[in-house]
Amino acid sequence: MGKVANFPPNRMESNMSKQMTGAEMVVEALKDQGVEVLFGYPGGAVLPIYDAIFHQNKLRHVLVRHEQGAAHAAEGYARSTGKVGVLLVTSGPGATNAVTGLTDALLDSIPLVCITGQVPTHLIGSDAFQECDTIGITRSCTKHNYLVRRIEDLPRILHEAFYVASNGRPGPVVVDIPKDIQFATGAYSFQKNIQHKTYRPQVKGDIGAIKHAVEMMAKARKPVFYTGGGVVNSGPTASSLLRELVRLTGFPITSTLMGLGAYPASDEQWLGMLGMHGSFEANNAMHDCDLMICVGARFDDRITGRLDAFSPHSKKIHIDIDPSSINKNVKVDLGIMGDCAHVLEDMVRLWRTSAAKADAPALAKWWGHIDQWRAKNSFAFRPSSKIIKPQHAVRRLYELTRGRDVYITTEVGQHQMWAAQHFHFDEPNRWMTSGGLGTMGYGLPAAIGAQMAHPDSLVIDIAGEASILMNMQEMSTAAQYRLPVKIFILNNQYMGMVRQWQELLHGGRYSESYTESLPDFVKLAEAYGARGIRCSDPADLDAAIREMIDTPHAVIFDCLVDQKENCFPMIPSGKAHNEMLLADLGDDAGLEIGGVIDEKGKMLV
Amino acid sequence: MNAPATPPSPYSSAIGKSNPESHTLSVLVDNEPGVLARVVGLFSGRGFNIESLTVAEVTHETHLSRITIATSGTPEVVEQVRHQLERLVPIHSVTDLTLTVRAIERELAMVKVRGKGENRVEALRLAEAFRAKVIDATTESFIFELTGAPRKIDDFVELMRPLGLVEVSRTGIAAISRGPEPI
Repeated sequence: MGKVANFPPNRMESNMSKQMTGAEMVVEALKDQGVEVLFGYPGGAVLPIYDAIFHQNKLRHVLVRHEQGAAHAAEGYARSTGKVGVLLVTSGPGATNAVTGLTDALLDSIPLVCITGQVPTHLIGSDAFQECDTIGITRSCTKHNYLVRRIEDLPRILHEAFYVASNGRPGPVVVDIPKDIQFATGAYSFQKNIQHKTYRPQVKGDIGAIKHAVEMMAKARKPVFYTGGGVVNSGPTASSLLRELVRLTGFPITSTLMGLGAYPASDEQWLGMLGMHGSFEANNAMHDCDLMICVGARFDDRITGRLDAFSPHSKKIHIDIDPSSINKNVKVDLGIMGDCAHVLEDMVRLWRTSAAKADAPALAKWWGHIDQWRAKNSFAFRPSSKIIKPQHAVRRLYELTRGRDVYITTEVGQHQMWAAQHFHFDEPNRWMTSGGLGTMGYGLPAAIGAQMAHPDSLVIDIAGEASILMNMQEMSTAAQYRLPVKIFILNNQYMGMVRQWQELLHGGRYSESYTESLPDFVKLAEAYGARGIRCSDPADLDAAIREMIDTPHAVIFDCLVDQKENCFPMIPSGKAHNEMLLADLGDDAGLEIGGVIDEKGKMLV
Repeated sequence: MNAPATPPSPYSSAIGKSNPESHTLSVLVDNEPGVLARVVGLFSGRGFNIESLTVAEVTHETHLSRITIATSGTPEVVEQVRHQLERLVPIHSVTDLTLTVRAIERELAMVKVRGKGENRVEALRLAEAFRAKVIDATTESFIFELTGAPRKIDDFVELMRPLGLVEVSRTGIAAISRGPEPI
């Protein structure tokens, strides 16, 4: 297949077309796609594009301090706006540094367009300076990628990249542009709504299948909605339709980590997040239900727990825009391919017109069960007046920021789960976290991206002291653009989740999970021109959080919390939804639970 | 290639308990650089099995290539393979020939056999029975060219083994649906 496809010259060519260089085309195409902000880092192979950026002021370029930061910032921007995030990096190390961010975006279905520079075409394959096989390296961590070999193809590829990134199941797209193509001159034009040759995802669901789904819902006695990031990705319409359907039916609803905010956490039909650290009521409802309606979620192993004991008595309906997600991990009874918003719209309409009604007595009984599970109060923890409990810190942060225009990002680990459990979201696009890949170091750059999109909002990165150090350099970016991001570190001096697993699985041998020689975060903040706040006394916490919120520029909040706290409830590896471990509030939690996980469970991650 | 049909994953699921089957998939793709790497990378990355793979451009004007892949797995795994292939951007269509249409599968093999005396005569006789052509000959060897279903080639190779089989080169399966309609 080594043959270079001989694409016809740009079909969009018309009287509208203008002559310009490849580098100018990049800038022009971004503008035509409505891009306002891009994140990047210059280097030899993208100098012509940076020169084109220099000659205009419509596109705002944010100079990051590491290309991984550019990718996560673009993700935060995309996730908080619903638009495509854009990054621009150079060849070789620029591209390889972006790989983690691209993979993160792939696993969480975040639309990104990543433009990478490449050595000139005649040097490709010669191991030239800063050359790497970007297309080869990113093939498996992007939704699609392109190497541009001819200037004639560049305008089409640039616009195609945006189409592919944002249509169907969203994802990252790389456009690799050799330097000679950036210098070459060609015709550029932009035509909206071109049909892609091969990629045309189905957005409308099969109406017969949707009818069938509505019938199943009307018959259900113990139903539950299981929703995910797909609802957020589909857009605000999908969220409001979901709310309408859930209220119409009166069914309980839970969501994955990625889907938080699509349904308001303040609503009484909300069961809380499900999964490994989800609520007792959500997981038990999933286990005992007789009908599961999965909307835009993908039966990830963090959600299902032990697969052969996953929701054993239920019929399952799965709505997903990606046909490969249906029947991938869990066999479902009814798969509906389509965009959440379209399918939910049909469902709401059919539910109304068919005058379908839920089985009210059965549903009341089902809610009775759920209330018993709720009574366990599974997110509870033992309060302390001497030491700050991390859950308490998140709760206070939530209470004190309530009613404000807040965007939350997180790093990865215990703090992330505590944030998901104790910070509540009533709107979509407010919660940005690395769910699929679990990338430590995601939160700060993502907060920068979100703050760029929402300059007047309160953007908080709920962080751990280990994760935050992974992309700490981006504080310099925040300083340069005067972005008032707040970094709220739950500092327990441990890689908390690693420590917790070592406690549960490896006899409390805390191999390399304790961090010696942490920096003084207050001084570090000051070094970056930001405000540093430290708090270790629960009595001072509220005042300190208020001080953080009221500070008009960036803050690093070093919140010293209980080092031994574990994240509960928890479905141990290899266990089912109804075998959750709850925090033992009477005694020392966690010490006896090592034996709960069997040898097979230890093999899992 | 030739990884076990169901990878021994600790997440071994409710799916994939039934027996593995062989399926032939016909995949129409844009013949653009890297498309084969995408397809092959998908199989290795997700632990799917490739038993045979052939590829060539079939429509030069539109640069369309046909990739024929023989894979094996449980029906659920094969369905997953098909959906994963359909996600790739430059792919036009994926057809499971084993499931949807009656298809003809053919493969070409070249078989080198070395021997003298009775073995040499026997090899030639069997070749005739299989309608294999002699495409190269020396006083102590033959190369046979043989076309047919993969099974027929397997049988022929097995028969040649005791008669002085030296090596075999096979093209892999090309397949097409029967009747007047395209797939």
